[in-house]
Amino acid sequence: MSVNSNVLGENKLKKRSSLTDTNLLLIITIAVFFTMYACAVIFLKQGFLKPQMFFNILNENASLLVLSCGMTLVMITGGIDISVGQVTSLVCMTCAVYLQKVNDGLIAGNVFTSMCIALAIGLAFGIVQGFLVAYLEFQPFIVTLAGLFFAKGMTTIVSSDRIAVTYEPFVKLCRTEVTIPFLGSVNKKGIYIPAYVEVGVVVALAVVILLFCFLKWTKLGRNFYAVGGNNQSANMLGINVKLTKFLAHVLCGLCAGIGGYLFFLHACSGSPLHAQGAEMNAIASSIIGGTLLSGGVGNIIGTLFGVLSLSTIKNIVTSLGLDEAWWTNITVGAMLCVFLIIQSAILAIRNKKK
Amino acid sequence: MTSSKISARGFFGKLVRNQLFIPLVALLILVAINLFADPTFFKISLEPSSTGNLILSGNLISIIDNASELAILAIGMTLVTSASGGQDISVGATIAIAGSMVLRFVKMYSPDISGGKFAAVIIFSFLVCVVVSALFGAFNGSLVAFFKIQPMVATLILFTAGRSIAAWINNNDNISINDARFGYFGNFIPGIPIPTPVFITVICLIIIALVLKFTNLRLYAQSVGINASSSRLNGINPKLIKLLTFIILGVCVAVCGFIKVSRTSSITYSVIANNIEMDAILAVALGGNNLGGGKFNLTASVIGAYVIQFLTTTLFKFKVSSSEISAYKAVVVILLIFISAPVVRKWIADVRNKNLASRKSKIGKEAN
Repeated sequence: MSVNSNVLGENKLKKRSSLTDTNLLLIITIAVFFTMYACAVIFLKQGFLKPQMFFNILNENASLLVLSCGMTLVMITGGIDISVGQVTSLVCMTCAVYLQKVNDGLIAGNVFTSMCIALAIGLAFGIVQGFLVAYLEFQPFIVTLAGLFFAKGMTTIVSSDRIAVTYEPFVKLCRTEVTIPFLGSVNKKGIYIPAYVEVGVVVALAVVILLFCFLKWTKLGRNFYAVGGNNQSANMLGINVKLTKFLAHVLCGLCAGIGGYLFFLHACSGSPLHAQGAEMNAIASSIIGGTLLSGGVGNIIGTLFGVLSLSTIKNIVTSLGLDEAWWTNITVGAMLCVFLIIQSAILAIRNKKK
Repeated sequence: MTSSKISARGFFGKLVRNQLFIPLVALLILVAINLFADPTFFKISLEPSSTGNLILSGNLISIIDNASELAILAIGMTLVTSASGGQDISVGATIAIAGSMVLRFVKMYSPDISGGKFAAVIIFSFLVCVVVSALFGAFNGSLVAFFKIQPMVATLILFTAGRSIAAWINNNDNISINDARFGYFGNFIPGIPIPTPVFITVICLIIIALVLKFTNLRLYAQSVGINASSSRLNGINPKLIKLLTFIILGVCVAVCGFIKVSRTSSITYSVIANNIEMDAILAVALGGNNLGGGKFNLTASVIGAYVIQFLTTTLFKFKVSSSEISAYKAVVVILLIFISAPVVRKWIADVRNKNLASRKSKIGKEAN
């Protein structure tokens, strides 16, 4: 449908049908986010009005944002990747061990090579999983579940302890803050503190914009939608379905590598417990952001708002005083459940119309 | 001469095509590796335990004992796979919930009550746990059946929230039961040298065998898995069948949770039955069942479960730590699905046919 709107731009009827699919879900998501934030500002005054509160959400979720974007790509082609969370953990651990060795002078290297390692790990996972899913036609869930457990095992094989990085240039990079002009708050002593974001957020937002443009305006990006919408008709249109699926997984792997490094930048350490359940949050964000599990419908901007909604609800749960760890998980589960049911209702209505 | 060769190939082909072939071969390979590495691996001895009972001990016994939960789960997982074409990845988390429920009720009554009352408490708490697990199964099942969500995504909800719910049920307390009688179900009953979970597994297997024998469950689940809409046209309610398989899995999960907490008489919410969903799916896959739904073979799945426990024990034997094991198992999964992938099978068949054709043409030329 979305492809049709591109090809038959002048056909108004087609355009409207694409609006009801993608944009309706997007509008729901954005509305949910703003309602939630407004409620938080009104009912839980502490903090939510400060600009820094909002930027902290971004600081904490830069990595999740990139992971979710990768997940959205795969989900648009009709697949899923549940290995991203453990790949993040593996990336953190490997980079931490590597940088500590560099710090001790055991191997040559610098921050840049550690970035390359992170990307290489992500790419490797993406390529292997993409090959298995696209060319050997395995179920994506099984393949990536195996990937999840492989990454989990590898993380503990690399090291089973928590490793804090003390390598000087990296720590400097971690601590770098980008101040936002014109926004800030006055603290108790009356000193003006400008709002800031970490380097990771800038990277994450760049990834979001890049992927948005990629999906919207490149041929390959439109192919993603076509393949997810209907495999066979995409094939008949002359699209290489297998290659498209493969590339979606490779891109998702790359995003997992980047996301992993951003998590590493935020945490400044490696641990087998890092990014536990991140795959779940990424899937939830994509679904909340209006990506349909059946494929063919989805939007990166929606995913951005999905991540924001998810983290806002987490913050609200914490500031309500329900800070026992289980409440956040239960809320996320409940929220996912609600959005899944909304999706399935939308799908049912759409099928009835046909 | 050629005819005898062909018949041999036919027999061999039949053997290879049998669903029990892959798990049994895997089992034989593992046995061979273990015999090679350590000839005393299969030694079984009768030794007094710490409480003074005579019990059987040895690697083989511990494999059969520890595989009990997996074998019971494999029953439910096979049915769910067959009917819905997907797997339930929330089983580990639901086991935590079931175990937490059992402990909550046993803890309420436990201190120093007589045998008869204690049995009543155990039966009551077990029933409650079965009902709760069946309800969670029904929750998953209704998301799959009525809202048409892919099973793995629908169960992802409980996969995240399940362990938190389990902790919430008991207020995150570290409950442990001091009554030794509670441990009978996961360990040994005094006077009987065989671990109790083995008996529980056998009972479960007998029940499911009887159910499959005297009801149409097998036929219905398979037909729903192969083609839901045509089975609906034949008067089967696919939604109900899918829901039913998830409820059966819920009951299996309850039994597993009960055994799990009985083994240690306590619970650690984040660790109990860790990674068991992977093992259960692996058992189904190893049994040669199509993970996309349809025909199934329960015996193969159950043998698959024992093979996986065998693999785990073997890896432990080679000093692989428990958290590293998942990496090795993932490799096994990938290999398995690689072998069973339709594309690969077709490719192998093509190669074989080509060889056969070229050989035939050679024979023909020689005859001429």
